[in-house]
Amino acid sequence: MPMPVEGTPEFPMIFRTRDLTKVYRTGETEVHALRGVDLNVAEGTMAVLLGPSGSGKSTLLNILGGLDTATSGRAFFRQREITAMAEADLTRYRREMVGFVFQFYNLMPSLTARENVDLVTEIASRPMASDAALELVGLGARMDHFPAQLSGGEQQRVAIARAIAKQPDVLLCDEPTGALDSATGVVVLEALDTVTRELGTTAMLITHNAVLAEMADMVIRFADGRVQEVTRNATRRRPRELSW
Amino acid sequence: MPSVLDRKLLRDIRAIRGQALAIALVIAAGVALFVMALGTLRALEGTLEAYYAEYRFADVFAPLVRAPDRLARDIAAIPGVAVVQTRVSGPATLTVPGRPAPIAGRVTSVPVSGQPDLNRLYLASGRWPSADNPDEVLVDQPFARAVGLRPGDGLTAIVDGKRRRLRIVGLALSPEYIYALAPGQLVPDAGSFGVVWMGRKAAAAAFDLEGAFNDVALRTARGARVESMIARLDDLLARYGGTGAYARKDHSSHAFIRNELDGLVATGSVAPPIFLAVAAFLLNMVVARTIDRERQQIGLLKAFGYTDIAVGWHYVKLVIALTLAGVALGEVVGAWLGKELAELYTEYFHFPILRYELTADVLVGAAAVSLLAGLLGTAFSVRRAVKLPPAVAMRPPEPPRYHRGLLDRLRINALADPATRMVLRNLVRRPLRAGLTTLGLATAVALLVGSLFMRESIQRLIDIELTLAQRQDLFVTFTDATEPAAMHELRALPGVLRVQPVRTVPAKLRFGPVERRVSVQGLSQDGALHRVVTSDGRPLPPPGVGIALSDKLARILGAGRGDSVTVAVLEGRRPVRRIPVTVVAQQYVGLAAYMDLDRLNRLMGEGANLSGADLQVDARRLEEVYDALLERPRVAGVTRRSEVLGGLRRTLDRNLMLMILFFVGFAGVIAIGVVYNSAHVALAERTRELASLRVLGFTRGEVSYILLGELAVLTLAALPLGCILGHGLAWAMVRAYDTELFRMPLVIEADTYAWSMLTVLLAAIASGWLVRRRIDHLDLIAVLKSRE
Ligand SMILES: Nc1ncnc2c1ncn2[C@@H]1O[C@H](COP(=O)(O)OP(=O)(O)O)[C@@H](O)[C@H]1O
Ligand SMILES: [Mg+2]
Repeated sequence: MPMPVEGTPEFPMIFRTRDLTKVYRTGETEVHALRGVDLNVAEGTMAVLLGPSGSGKSTLLNILGGLDTATSGRAFFRQREITAMAEADLTRYRREMVGFVFQFYNLMPSLTARENVDLVTEIASRPMASDAALELVGLGARMDHFPAQLSGGEQQRVAIARAIAKQPDVLLCDEPTGALDSATGVVVLEALDTVTRELGTTAMLITHNAVLAEMADMVIRFADGRVQEVTRNATRRRPRELSW
Repeated sequence: MPSVLDRKLLRDIRAIRGQALAIALVIAAGVALFVMALGTLRALEGTLEAYYAEYRFADVFAPLVRAPDRLARDIAAIPGVAVVQTRVSGPATLTVPGRPAPIAGRVTSVPVSGQPDLNRLYLASGRWPSADNPDEVLVDQPFARAVGLRPGDGLTAIVDGKRRRLRIVGLALSPEYIYALAPGQLVPDAGSFGVVWMGRKAAAAAFDLEGAFNDVALRTARGARVESMIARLDDLLARYGGTGAYARKDHSSHAFIRNELDGLVATGSVAPPIFLAVAAFLLNMVVARTIDRERQQIGLLKAFGYTDIAVGWHYVKLVIALTLAGVALGEVVGAWLGKELAELYTEYFHFPILRYELTADVLVGAAAVSLLAGLLGTAFSVRRAVKLPPAVAMRPPEPPRYHRGLLDRLRINALADPATRMVLRNLVRRPLRAGLTTLGLATAVALLVGSLFMRESIQRLIDIELTLAQRQDLFVTFTDATEPAAMHELRALPGVLRVQPVRTVPAKLRFGPVERRVSVQGLSQDGALHRVVTSDGRPLPPPGVGIALSDKLARILGAGRGDSVTVAVLEGRRPVRRIPVTVVAQQYVGLAAYMDLDRLNRLMGEGANLSGADLQVDARRLEEVYDALLERPRVAGVTRRSEVLGGLRRTLDRNLMLMILFFVGFAGVIAIGVVYNSAHVALAERTRELASLRVLGFTRGEVSYILLGELAVLTLAALPLGCILGHGLAWAMVRAYDTELFRMPLVIEADTYAWSMLTVLLAAIASGWLVRRRIDHLDLIAVLKSRE
């Protein structure tokens, strides 16, 4: 079934990009991280990005999340053009719309699990309670632990709780299980899957693990700074049903 | 409930509490000095102003020989004169029951009807002298306390050679004697100088001045020109033996207080900026390190939607918290020290009350200046946090870049072992930080040099003034001009070994547009007991046909050897001559001019009238001679050089040593602060590297060497640099204290340098030892597992 490109009331698009490029210049050398990306992501989608290391996945996610700026081309969040936003608008956009989960859990070491979540709920406009977010990822009992007292998987679940606590419109996850063993990875992905289903959040998830494609509605394959292929799954499968 | 970020801040500060404390102490030292100096300054200035206003301290003073009372009307007619007060005043020798030695004093008249129009007295106890009893007097309270006199007691005064019994009816304080200096003394000593206020009639009788006065004080009308008024007054009083009117700023009590206040200004403005600069550097070191370490956290906060400003503010708050901790401590300590200092001052400055209240502006000012220093010092680092793009922050930091450079070209590699090479590379890699660390340590050395040198400086001052230039045992002043024949009488006293006549003549010295009122002193040809010397104490040739100026006077006038200055004598026939400057002599106290005694006598043209004599006396018979002299008619006072020296030493031992002790403590704080922080930051930055080395099999000693070797090199470099800076600081202090009343010689002995360097070295070793213990307890596994 072909998807409408511009989005319709029935199938509204949350992200659209047109010929998006990104060139990094370090001294003499230029690195073309994105070489013209055209992509549409519908509201409520669970999208998985696959591709070799260095193919530009993180760069795309960073631009869509307002962390980085494009060299040329355009990117839209609903009706708003991300590529046209000034620094202050990008900050507000990140604060109100986007939740991030990174490969290295990136918790504040001097804050407890709950405080790490509070960090985000304090500045969000319609956050859920920090406790509730931690309950959602199954960490209700570890709320007052510092990161150093938590395992890697637990830390990453705190990071997910932190990302979803503000009830973002979109959740961007850059290799959230990259540093975890598979058993722990499943637990983390389960948390992610549950939360996005319950809250209807759009999610984009970068992974090296092709098996995880089955937990997505939409699979985007990346190569050499371009979208090579986009496929769709009829159903989203639960992470724990996948074998990897 | 503080926000989460604030909680993070508090925990982060707790984690670096050692460093935070070191920084806070450095800031506290600067703030304490500032608050102490400024607080005391405000207290003294406020008290002084209120005291002068309430007790109507005069604006102009003029001593003279004798003028009829009616002249007061002519003086009042001078334009700009608002109030005239005529008085009788003169030297006296006081004998207090129970005290064998007579004491120098001064008798001044007051109206028996009550308070005078100007220079009123604060009656501390007792009552005003009555008209009926001419023996009733008031005595200045500090003197009375020092010698144990109370209202109702009696004392004897030798006035104009006549002995008089007096009864004390009250104790008083006067704005004219806030700083009461006995003639010939360099520092006040309450027990060695007494002021007596006597009814006008009685005083006039004592000085043979019935219907006349020999002293006048004026209050000027608002906006009056004091210079022209003084000129008119001098003209008017010339016929009556006026020796030159002077303004309040030249009044000795007032001038000494001003001098002291200027010293406080110097203390409050030279030292605190140094402390704040060091503190700013330390703050930046810690904040830069924190921001480096929290690169990813910063990126994360920004990714969540914290604004650049919010992130910057977070680190600004860190700076503010560390700074304000120091400010608070410094203000408490400074307020306490200020109060102590102000009270110490009341031993010298006699005020009826001392208003010490720390005003908010001093406290707020100290906080504002410290915050400004802290924020400016860390501005670049904080800016880095603000500018850090969120996406960049998410990547792990690149490994620090090392270059094959100078060291390699110098072939150090061939000479040094790998550990030493690491030390050297690291030094070269961050030249700015290495430079600033060295500078910080050098500052500590400099502060020590700049405070310890004062001891030697004052010692030199005493040597020059009271050992090399003046070598008499006793100095006698006569009540009025005396024939040279008196010298024979003095020489005839048993025990007197040598007598040299002294003559001082008040005069105005002019060179170009500049004019100063000084006393020109006649030096006898054989300058054995009083001579002029160079800064290293060598005797200079006598002035010969010309005049010798003290170096400060020469500088003020802008005259040097070979120039001719105009000398306008203010006594006798008041001759005016142009006299060539033949000698510029070193002198650290006051302003002075010297002429050959015979030439001075010839200039005065009235025969050899002497005003005093220098005596060299057999040490065993000093007291005997002293007592005998006081019994003689026409002797106004006798000063023992040993007493002047003793008074000076006592004061210096107490005050100067206290101050030096202070500065040594503060400099130690800086030294420890710098080394401790540098070592800690280095350790924090390189924990992983050092842990890896330990895993590779390096010993604790070797690893410590890599870290502390760097600091050792910087410390060793700082020592000589500190000595140079210290010399500069000492020079600046000497400049800051350079006033007409007092100067300090710039002498820095090897001792001072040695002690300064040793103190900093010990502080460095102590801090190094603390860090070494941390290295020894490094948890290798934990360090290597943790991600930075
Ligand atoms: N800040 C940067 N400076 C220079 N090159 C960069 C930077 N960030 C990413 N790159 C380069 O851009 C390319 C794409 O990177 P990235 O988007 O991180 O790939 P992926 O996430 O797919 O592994 C890589 O070649 C990478 O080295
Ligand atoms: Mg990536």
